[in-house]
Amino acid sequence: MNNEKHNKPSLRKRIVNFLVHVLLAVLAFIWLLPIFWIVLTSFRAEPGAYTNTFLPQGYTLNNYIKLFTDRNVLNFPRMFMNTLIIAIVCCIISTFFVLSVAYSLSRMRFKFRKPYMNLAMILGLFPGFMTMIAQYFILKAMGLTEGSAIRIGLIIVYSACAGLGFQIAKGYLDTIPRSIDEAAVIDGATNWQVFTKITMPLAKPIIIYTVMTSFIAPWVDFIFAKVLCRANSDQFTVAIGLWNMLQKEYIYQWYTCFAAGAVVISIPIAILFIFMQRFYVEGMSGAVKG
Amino acid sequence: MDETISIGNALKKGDLWTRLSAIVMGIGLVMHRQIIKGIMVLLCEIAFFFYMINTGFHNLSMMPSLGTEAQGKVWNEAKQIYEYTVGDNSQQILLAGVITLFVIAAILVLWVLQMRHSYKLQKMIERGEHVRSLREDIAALFDGNLHITLMTLPCLGILIFNIVPLVYMISMAFTTYSKEDEHLMLFDWDGLHQFGRVLNMNGNIGRQFWHVLAWTVVWAFFATFLNYILGMILAMIINRKDTKAKGFWRFCFVLSIAVPQFVTLMIMNIMLQPSGAVNVLLKNLGLITTPIPFWTNAMLARVTIILINLWVGIPYTMLQVTGILQNIPVELYEAAKVDGAGPVKTFFSITLPYMLFVTTPYLIASFVGNINNFNVIYLLSGGGPTYVGDTAGQTDLLVTWLYKLTIDQQYYNLGAVIGIMTFVILTIVTLITYRNSSSYKNEEAFM
Repeated sequence: MNNEKHNKPSLRKRIVNFLVHVLLAVLAFIWLLPIFWIVLTSFRAEPGAYTNTFLPQGYTLNNYIKLFTDRNVLNFPRMFMNTLIIAIVCCIISTFFVLSVAYSLSRMRFKFRKPYMNLAMILGLFPGFMTMIAQYFILKAMGLTEGSAIRIGLIIVYSACAGLGFQIAKGYLDTIPRSIDEAAVIDGATNWQVFTKITMPLAKPIIIYTVMTSFIAPWVDFIFAKVLCRANSDQFTVAIGLWNMLQKEYIYQWYTCFAAGAVVISIPIAILFIFMQRFYVEGMSGAVKG
Repeated sequence: MDETISIGNALKKGDLWTRLSAIVMGIGLVMHRQIIKGIMVLLCEIAFFFYMINTGFHNLSMMPSLGTEAQGKVWNEAKQIYEYTVGDNSQQILLAGVITLFVIAAILVLWVLQMRHSYKLQKMIERGEHVRSLREDIAALFDGNLHITLMTLPCLGILIFNIVPLVYMISMAFTTYSKEDEHLMLFDWDGLHQFGRVLNMNGNIGRQFWHVLAWTVVWAFFATFLNYILGMILAMIINRKDTKAKGFWRFCFVLSIAVPQFVTLMIMNIMLQPSGAVNVLLKNLGLITTPIPFWTNAMLARVTIILINLWVGIPYTMLQVTGILQNIPVELYEAAKVDGAGPVKTFFSITLPYMLFVTTPYLIASFVGNINNFNVIYLLSGGGPTYVGDTAGQTDLLVTWLYKLTIDQQYYNLGAVIGIMTFVILTIVTLITYRNSSSYKNEEAFM
């Protein structure tokens, strides 16, 4: 490719181009196959996890209907509501925490700044799991591990430590020129006014990113929820419900419903994710720069 | 004359009220014209002593023994039943003790702050400077001190739900808190005994530890660097000038990560079972006669996990590096072209070094993330295959083993030791690389 003239595509270049597209097509096929398969399974008429054919023999909507109407064994609508409530509250608290910390670290200069950033890094090195077991004991001592208090416990677990995840937001804020703030300060604005009236409107992409990531977290985490809920099935979140459907006692009856549930949960999350990938890319390149 | 605001000076050169603050906290502030602030500090001190007398001193006194009274069982002749007497619960004693220590640390910090502040106010009054009123203090919280307003709640959250649990969990490593020998209710301090067990290569636990550690490092290495390099190559292939329908290709890969990870991982697990979709497909195509044992053969399970992790991770890397790749100065590539470098040479001598230079923190973060990657292992293989007599499976990472030890086996002390060891390993790796990375050293330079 190196010694070619640039204006007319040579035969070799065309072959390379063709091969690149074939390669991309094959890769895309591999990446989409499991997703395609789960969508097919969610419409499969025969029950059970394992079948002798790759493609379903018959198609039906019953899996979706059962998922939303069968409230006796695994109450999916209830899990859905539980998760929704937790997600909304978490999203508000986490967003506030992350943006506050990111703004302070990016724009203010104080003695505790570097130590805080180092501390956040050190705390990030402990397995999240280790804190979780102790968190469980602390929540238990506070009486937040029984009945509907589990919800509060889960909200705390998901959002209390949000202040440690400031990196991407800080990186983004660092790319907003400081001269804008300085101009406002000269005009007599306080830092609070700069924060709310100048920085936040300019930081819309990263706000949306933070809102979405913190909203998605409770939907996709299952391990914290599993430890905290234990056998309290009326407090289950969607993720534990789906996980349970694949356990030995349920898998035959519920496998196709699991597929349906996975599709139902994945569609909104996929839409949110595809919508926010732009901000993700911007945040990442910003974070690396700063 | 040395006039710095320090504790030493406050005690030596402070006036009567400043020195008296060492005992009656806040009195210095009250007498130096910050009355409400001073009263609040004093209330904190009163609350502290109230807490200490109520439970604090008791909590501390229980710490050395962690409780001695075992739960008893007494035969009640009249009712013809066993009656249980309430014994000590060591785990609660330890938690209460740790919390008390944090409360004491908090009041000490407050003590230092108010001493220094009182001395500072005294100096300001001596020099005839203006002392801030409460109203001005509050105004400052929204201006010069905005960081205090913004960061107090997040920091409290981190302190209570991250640091306190961590200290508590770490302290468990030095006890006998474990289901082994029935130490779940009542346990004692055990010194470094558990660390010895874990590090001892000849013991059962130690042998498993070194085994799991080796696999964890191998896994993290492959998971990080294969994903990084292959993801970067994918991003470059899509970004090539001559690639058509860039948006479409990117969408295909992004779609696969837009589906929640735990869902795709569970699906993969089912698909690769002996009678799962992949084996059925291969069998129907006539390629195999007996199912491939993806999860029951240790070596195969490891390779499968690394491959599936590529499936999970490559789109992420692609997404993350796309923006950064476009920042590479075009002149570098043009110069390489003039020198007659081919695409492979360009990649290894320009793209890769540049990317490594810029993304070291990201690489470290993903290495740490992979060492602590719970979901992939737990949902795919569950750590298996596990040999008889072992608690750790052949594909268990330190984190998933930690999970099994604490949640399934209730060996809390061993779990805590494993957690600490993970931390130590990660600290060593991170300190060496992070401290030397340019992005850390020049953090301010880019502003």
